Amino acid sequence: MTPFEDDKPLLIAEGLAKYYGRQLGCRDASFELYEGEVMAVVGESGSGKSTLLQMLSTQIEPTSGRILYRMRDGGMKSLWDMSEPERRFLLRTDWGYVHQDPQHGLRMGVSAGGNVGERLMAIGQRNYAGIRATAADWLGRVEIPENRIDDTPRTYSGGMRQRLQIARNLVTAPRLLFMDEPTGGLDVSVQARLLDLLRRIVSEMRIAAIIVTHDLAVARLLSNRIMVMKGGEVIEAGLTDQVLDDPHQPYTQLLVSSILPV
Amino acid sequence: MMPALELKDVTKTFVMHLQGGLRLPVLNDVSFKAEAGQCVVLTGPSGAGKSSILKLIYGNYRVDEGAILVRDGEAQVDLATAAPRRILAVRQRALGYVTQFLRAVPRVSALDIVAEPLIAKGVARDEATARAAAMLKRFNVPERLWSLPPATFSGGEQQRINLARGLLPEHPILLLDEPTASLDAKNRAVVVDIVRERKSRGAAIVAIVHDEQVRDDIADVAVDVTRFATAA
Repeated sequence: MTPFEDDKPLLIAEGLAKYYGRQLGCRDASFELYEGEVMAVVGESGSGKSTLLQMLSTQIEPTSGRILYRMRDGGMKSLWDMSEPERRFLLRTDWGYVHQDPQHGLRMGVSAGGNVGERLMAIGQRNYAGIRATAADWLGRVEIPENRIDDTPRTYSGGMRQRLQIARNLVTAPRLLFMDEPTGGLDVSVQARLLDLLRRIVSEMRIAAIIVTHDLAVARLLSNRIMVMKGGEVIEAGLTDQVLDDPHQPYTQLLVSSILPV
Repeated sequence: MMPALELKDVTKTFVMHLQGGLRLPVLNDVSFKAEAGQCVVLTGPSGAGKSSILKLIYGNYRVDEGAILVRDGEAQVDLATAAPRRILAVRQRALGYVTQFLRAVPRVSALDIVAEPLIAKGVARDEATARAAAMLKRFNVPERLWSLPPATFSGGEQQRINLARGLLPEHPILLLDEPTASLDAKNRAVVVDIVRERKSRGAAIVAIVHDEQVRDDIADVAVDVTRFATAA
C-alpha cells in the first residue's frame, strides 16, 4: 500500500477562521491531511498563512470552525474540545513544530544532547544511557558530529541549529510536523542541505507535514500538495506540480511568473 | 478488456491573467488509446501540443473537459477528476513520466536520485540502491559519477540519470518526452532495448520521439497531434 491510500484523514480542518477584532486573519480554510502527505501553504506576508499554521498547531484559538485530529487509538478528536494538558501532551509527543528561528524551538542554554533528550523524557523515558544513545543517533541522522553533543546550540552555526531543532522534533517519531519557513533564515548553500535532509526524513518516516513558506521552490521540493493564500483566504489548492505548472488564479500566476531564473 | 490508458475528448485552454485574460486554446477533443504492450508515438511539429498531452495525462496540467482513464490494477481511474492523493497513488504505482530535463534537489548524488522513487514506493534502501546502480551501469554512466550531484554533468549524462530514475520503478504505463534527444547512438540503443523489453512485459507507452530511427524501432501506433489543433 502506498502512503497515499489510507482512507482516514489524520487531520481535518473545517471552516477555520480567525479575526483579530474586526481584522481578518484567515477565513474559510477547510482541508484534509492524510498520513505521509506533505502540504505546503504559500503566500506573501499578511496572506494569513501564519495565522492558519498557528490555529492548526493550537497556538491560537480559531474564531470559528474546528480541527479534528485522529489520535493513535484511531478516534477523531476535536482539538479545542480537549483539555489544555491533553493538547500540550499532543504537541510534545505526537506533533513536531519547527520554527523559522531555531532559537524559538531550542533551549539555547542546554546541550544539544539535552535538547533532543528532553522530548524523550517528556514521553516518559528515564534511562539516561538510552536517552543519550538515542540523542546521539539523531544528531548523526541530521549530520551533527557526535563530538558536539555536549555543546550548547549557542556554539552552533545557523544551519546546525536548524538541524538540531529538527532532531529535537523528530526524536519522538511524531505523526504530524508543522514547519514555519524552516529554511527562511539560512544561507542558500545551507538551505539545499537542509531541504534534502527534511525531504528524506519526512518520506522515510512517512510523517504528515504542513509547511508554511513563501518560497515556491521549497514548496515544490518538499510538498505533494499546496494551498495558495491571499488576503486571509485560500485561493487555489491542489497537487503541487499541478498548481505550479498550470496555475489558474491571477495571483498564483503572478507568483509563479515572478520566480527569478538562475 | 479496458485499455491501459485512454483519453476521451480532452480539451485544454490556458487563460493568461497577466496578459489581460488572454485565452490560449492548445488542444481540442484529444482522443486516443494505448493498449498494454503498445507504444503510441505522438507526432506533429513543435508547438502542436505533444508535451502538453503528456503533462495532461500525468496531471501537471489540469484538464478543462474530457476524461483521462488510467488502468490501476483492476480499477480504472479518471485522472481528470481524481483527488490529488488518488493521482499521487496512481503515479507511484501505475504511471511513470520521464521528462526531457532532470529536475533534482541540489547536493543529492546521482545514485540517490535514481534510487529515490523505489524508496518512496517502500523498497528497502539497500535493494533500491543496488537496482539503481545496475540501471546506471546499463546506461553507461561511469561509476565515478554515481556519488556526485548531477548539476555539473553534461546534457547527455543528465538525461541518462533522468531516464534511469524514471524507468527504474517499472510502471505499467510510461510517458516518455524525447527520451533520446541528447543521447549518442550507443545510449539510444539502450533506450530502444528497454522500451521493447517493457512492451513485451505488457507496459503501455506514450512517447514523443523526433529521431526517426528510434521512432521506427519502438512505435506501434502514430497519433498525429495536429488533428487536435484548435480552430482558433
